[in-house]
Amino acid sequence: MSDKLQQAISGDRRVMARLLSQIENGDLLVSEVLPDNQSIEYNSWSTMAITGAPGVGKSVLVDALMNQWAGQGLRVALLAVDPSSPRTGGALLGDRVRMSSVDNPNINERVYVRSIATRSSSGSVPLIVEDMAAFLIACGWERILIETVGSGQAELRCAAVADRIVVVEGPARGDGVQAEKAGLLELADIVLVNKADLDGAERHAGELRESYALDGEDAPDVLLTSGLKGIGIEEAAVALLELPSSGRALRARMRERLLGQHERRLVLHPSYNEVLNGLCEGTFDIDEALKQLQGEENERAS
Amino acid sequence: MGWVPCRIMEQPLRIVVAKPGLDGHDRGAKVVARALRDAGHEVIYTGLRRTSQQIVDAVRDEDARFLGLSSLSGAHAHLFPQVCQKLVEAGLDDVIVFGGGIIPQEDRPALHQAGIRAVFGPGTPTSEILEFIQQASVKNDSGVGQESDWYWESSA
Repeated sequence: MSDKLQQAISGDRRVMARLLSQIENGDLLVSEVLPDNQSIEYNSWSTMAITGAPGVGKSVLVDALMNQWAGQGLRVALLAVDPSSPRTGGALLGDRVRMSSVDNPNINERVYVRSIATRSSSGSVPLIVEDMAAFLIACGWERILIETVGSGQAELRCAAVADRIVVVEGPARGDGVQAEKAGLLELADIVLVNKADLDGAERHAGELRESYALDGEDAPDVLLTSGLKGIGIEEAAVALLELPSSGRALRARMRERLLGQHERRLVLHPSYNEVLNGLCEGTFDIDEALKQLQGEENERAS
Repeated sequence: MGWVPCRIMEQPLRIVVAKPGLDGHDRGAKVVARALRDAGHEVIYTGLRRTSQQIVDAVRDEDARFLGLSSLSGAHAHLFPQVCQKLVEAGLDDVIVFGGGIIPQEDRPALHQAGIRAVFGPGTPTSEILEFIQQASVKNDSGVGQESDWYWESSA
């Protein structure tokens, strides 16, 4: 094992990719091979979640940022999450289609892109991504971006796995009341209003700023970008690289970690699929299913 | 629609579906990608007009077990073996490669020779491709650079 680990750390991407699969599949525990590095860092970040609704341009924006950062000599890895089918478990992972940075021979030594399916986890990011990111950091990748599944207003699981949260918005995303609603926007360390070349982007950014102004001093910045047209990318790349934590997310982060780990225990329970089948067939109800998944777990723990 | 039995696999197969070369038609690749998805696999789709090196890099970084290549431009005889050779050079000799598209019967022996374990023409039922994936995945010598004469006799 330690041979493989050494190869991965010294730059063998094939070995690194294989070890990442083992981590993803639960065959290799990061805690067993790497020193504990769970402390929350406020001054600089290693992992950054890029989240926002489907179609706001996350992938193209991430690619533009990776081009910038890798161009400056940083080693940047992207964990791009797409949903698994709840019916078959299969997934179509299409984020590479929009990635030009991995295909640019001048910088692709410093760019790593890995597509990840949500598999059995609910939410926009499976928690195992945190372990995969820790492993990439150990292999010398300096900044890890996590592109979540396109998600709506209340999907906060990304807070559990990333040091910073970037919310990507699009133009004309509803009226001014949308900007006032509670949820994901409250946890953002910065907001990028993408597709800035389109009508409504300026106005939406204005509404967001107005809403944040009521929060007082720790309000996140709202920047206008266009990943496709290259508008505001250099500025955003600088702002994101130095982005301080708003500090507002600590409680939410811990809550998401707690809930996420609880869910992971249920999902990894040996009888999980059996219990799901039982629910589909009507052999037992939700209470009995929970009892079965939690009861045995507790017995084993005690 | 009735209840579908849960057939979620413990560990889905990771499969890169790629289009080398310059033709701009990816309907076939998308149909195959969708069929593989619906069979419970994780399909990484690379998009159009990839170079051999880009495809090999994607297979390496995504740790894919299978690579599906699609070509409708007639350049398969050149591009498919080139991808295979680069895979072997990159130490990815255990990756299982299959191809599809407009590929005349007389071109196929050379592709099998290059390590491609199946070539599917137009009209192949997607169930046949899934059957190939299943059979190839339980063999331990069906990788592109591994010593084996085995290849799938496709119906189209």
